[in-house]
Amino acid sequence: MPNPEPGLTASSVPSLWRLARLEFDRVRQQNVLLYPEGVVLLNETGAAILELCDGRRSIATIAQILGERYQCDVIADVTEYLSQLAERELIRDG
Amino acid sequence: MTDNRPTTLLAELTHRCPLHCPYCSNPLALVGADRELTTDEWKRVFSEARDLGVLQLGLSGGEPLVRRDLEPLADHAHRLGLYTTLVTSGVGLTRRRATALRDAGLEHIQISIQDSDTETADRIAGMRAVPQKEEAVALVRELGFAFSINAVLHRANLDRIGDIIDLAGSMGADRLELANTQYYGWALANRTALLPTATQVAAADAIADEAKRRYRGRMQIVYVLPDYHESYPKPCYGGWGQVYIVVAPDGQTLPCHGATHITTLRFDNVRDRSLDWIWSDSPAFQAFRGDEWMHEPCRSCARKTIDFGGCRCQAFALTGDAANTDPVCTLAPLHGIIEQAVQEATGPEEYRYRYLKLEPVRS
Repeated sequence: MPNPEPGLTASSVPSLWRLARLEFDRVRQQNVLLYPEGVVLLNETGAAILELCDGRRSIATIAQILGERYQCDVIADVTEYLSQLAERELIRDG
Repeated sequence: MTDNRPTTLLAELTHRCPLHCPYCSNPLALVGADRELTTDEWKRVFSEARDLGVLQLGLSGGEPLVRRDLEPLADHAHRLGLYTTLVTSGVGLTRRRATALRDAGLEHIQISIQDSDTETADRIAGMRAVPQKEEAVALVRELGFAFSINAVLHRANLDRIGDIIDLAGSMGADRLELANTQYYGWALANRTALLPTATQVAAADAIADEAKRRYRGRMQIVYVLPDYHESYPKPCYGGWGQVYIVVAPDGQTLPCHGATHITTLRFDNVRDRSLDWIWSDSPAFQAFRGDEWMHEPCRSCARKTIDFGGCRCQAFALTGDAANTDPVCTLAPLHGIIEQAVQEATGPEEYRYRYLKLEPVRS
């Protein structure tokens, strides 16, 4: 049973909604998140976060990977970004 | 998020449909089979749409399953990388066709239901469709499609919104669109019989709100507001010619499926022009971009960047001038039109059913 509350924490294990998929749009030269009747145009950071949401890694793990890549502490940003998408039911916990 | 590129194409493959729902948004003057775009013409439209930036494709109608070339069209869309939704009544979705569509790469199927009450559902559809819809739902689930239910709401079923939500839940839908009727085409012709009362709307809004929370994580509920009962108009697809394109069965290309109401504009056809030209340069798509066209009170209104003055199609259909404020807005000088329509919407639910050719005589 997925978490009914949208608020995510460091121990949450985010995955994309079954109906959503990541795609690279060759026309816009940009990553996009597609789902029924909707499109989210992603910036580079957003795409980097979502690519790591595989339903196995926790937010803490994702933030650690990205933190090493960008050489800074990103846990708060990652949690907030994914919480916003969870609020729109595009990200699930678990 | 607008970047001057469209994100969504609604392909109305045909106006033919076995159902006769009186709330249909198709125009009263329906296009016959002989004028429909061919398979190759539709494929070209999809390719041009993708090149223009379209990411979402709705295969709609009428009933798109009436088209025998639906499978190759879905296949073409999939190869282009489009996220494709089949918008169907479910009638005609056999195992053979559903399997072929899945093999073609179709991702998402949206099936309409008319009501939770079988008798009323069939009365609205103008045919006995419920058993075929149930079979279609079972197939969609079995074959693993992403699955939405769409239910159009109006006076005769709005009081059962809770049952409709639970029916969609029991059908295993990933997503439920509760669409209060928008008054275009056949729905506008049937408005007196379809408009709910303010009391019904208030109760339904509360039930939908509660259900959204209750089903969270299991079934996404999208509630399309009944705009006649709102204070402000809907921000139609982010504004005129911003993200959305509709291609009618005969190739006529519109910024919104309600745009056929606007008789003062000439809408170009993909048979004569490229989709790129129609989107970027055609007079009709440029007509209401930006805010230069706005009259007062929209022009100086703080909400003009939120709802863009509402729906141009509705403004024309109800006031005769597409540049007027959508009369749904309580700030609109002609808002009285809406108040009067709501007041007059009582009495028996006698529908003018949607027929492509001759409407049967009903006593």
